[in-house]
Amino acid sequence: MKNEAPAVVVGAGPAGVRAAQTLVAHGVATVVIDEAPRSGGQIYRQPPPSLATAAKALYGFEAGKAEALHRAFEELKAKVDYRPNELVWNADDRTLDLWNATSSRYSQQPWRDLVLATGAIDRVLPVPGWTLPGVYSLGGAQIALKHQGCAIGRRVVLAGNGPLLYLVAYQYKKAGADVRAVLDHSDFASQLRALPRLCALPGVLAKGLYYLGWLRLHGVAVHSGARLSAVDGDDCVERVRWEDCGDPDQRHSIECDALGFGYGLRSETQLADLLGCRFAFADEQRAFVPEHNHGQSSRPDVFLAGDGSRVMGADAAELAGEQAALRLLAARGIAVDRRRLRRIGAALRRVGTFRGGLEQAFPFPHDWAARVADETLICRCESITAGELRNSIEHHGIDEINRLKALSRVGMGRCQGRVCACAAAEVLAESSGNPIDRVGRIRSQAPIKPITIVAQAGGIDG
Amino acid sequence: MGHPATAGEGLLQRLRDTDRPTLGYFLDGEQQQALAGDTVLTAILTRGKRLRDNEFGGGARAGFCLMGACQECTVWLESGQPVRSCATPIQPGMRLLSRPPSGETPVKESRDEK
Repeated sequence: MKNEAPAVVVGAGPAGVRAAQTLVAHGVATVVIDEAPRSGGQIYRQPPPSLATAAKALYGFEAGKAEALHRAFEELKAKVDYRPNELVWNADDRTLDLWNATSSRYSQQPWRDLVLATGAIDRVLPVPGWTLPGVYSLGGAQIALKHQGCAIGRRVVLAGNGPLLYLVAYQYKKAGADVRAVLDHSDFASQLRALPRLCALPGVLAKGLYYLGWLRLHGVAVHSGARLSAVDGDDCVERVRWEDCGDPDQRHSIECDALGFGYGLRSETQLADLLGCRFAFADEQRAFVPEHNHGQSSRPDVFLAGDGSRVMGADAAELAGEQAALRLLAARGIAVDRRRLRRIGAALRRVGTFRGGLEQAFPFPHDWAARVADETLICRCESITAGELRNSIEHHGIDEINRLKALSRVGMGRCQGRVCACAAAEVLAESSGNPIDRVGRIRSQAPIKPITIVAQAGGIDG
Repeated sequence: MGHPATAGEGLLQRLRDTDRPTLGYFLDGEQQQALAGDTVLTAILTRGKRLRDNEFGGGARAGFCLMGACQECTVWLESGQPVRSCATPIQPGMRLLSRPPSGETPVKESRDEK
């Protein structure tokens, strides 16, 4: 065989699975490394085998896609070198460092070319009380239900914006949870204005409208233009307070015991960063992401797919995974179907238009940083408030986020900025008077997640 | 259902798939029950409202992202090893702690250094 070194795919969500499938179809030996025990990523996360709920109940409208993806990977398993439960915690030009959380064993994977399909997590804007037990990200609330059959509380409030808000509310209510209210930060007028762009993907738009209609029909209180203002409680959530965006004197409160909230997604870009991929500010994501040209990063040997480099949703991730693999194959000199590549490009452009519509329908709360009270915790890990950040920024004349991290400790905790960096950057931009794309991005460091050093001979005590 | 593992006094409320075998584990030295297939987080939070405390006085924590990213759900094995409870399946006989075992690095009292 001409090309003997395997291709390596990091991530077995929709993007990684389709990338691997495409590589295998072209006869290239492939290694698939995934942190999870089963394929599907977060969107199509599979529950443990003992939770036997049917796919329809788990994935709703997407059941067909989820099942197709899982089936595709089951067929692939025998044809790839599959490494589940492995965290890639470091990467350099030759080697990936892996850590298995189950066995606490370290290993290394040499690589020659690589597809990164590392996915995304919720984008969060802190509110007073957000660290109380009972507060979860929207994605977290969804995982509790999908993966463990649990609601995050007896009386749940869901808040924020983005397509996930209505989807999770629908899934919760359908599963029998008591959804006390849905607080959509965005207003109806923004959503109307976005309709032309949202029509780029009429099926997706229809689903969104269906969820909203269904929720109202089933008596769930849905409030638009609703700004989350605080979460109250002694040792867990007892109440959520909110106000009308248009008239902040209109204040409301809801007794509840759980809050799920989030404002869209942010890409997990740590490995691309460690590998030296060039980043650029993406206005639609209001974040720095690794540049890529139809799946090709700034490195000729690193390819990017899915929400881990550009948040476009699960359908686009499947296409992007195939695209990245085709680009990798072409780079190896293997013949690929160019017409297919062009069709994928066209499909992704349509998704791009739709995503622009989503951004218009669910705009980022630009005034968050100006409004956030000094006492609000920004960094959960290190317990750092907005006031402490503002003092540090003013005292030291800080205008760059890594310097803010060094002087205030924001982003130095275990999450390494995954949860707080977005909010910290917003506070920094606002306090220093700089645009959000001029305050930098937190640089990733290995290990990209905390790992344990355990003597290999000892193993784990139960 | 009246099953101890589904009593519902914790943060998390079981809505379905409760017909699974139970298993016993220990939390802070006390015997607890969970269902096979639960993560450590689910096991603890279907019975209680706290996983651990924030080291910097930030109060009790009960996880946040449930996808292994935020690192808020860390609890410890009695052997000392930290575990990401949202991503770790509960095992029979697991011995868990909601506070780090005594060998842990003490946390500084004052954060007022420049």
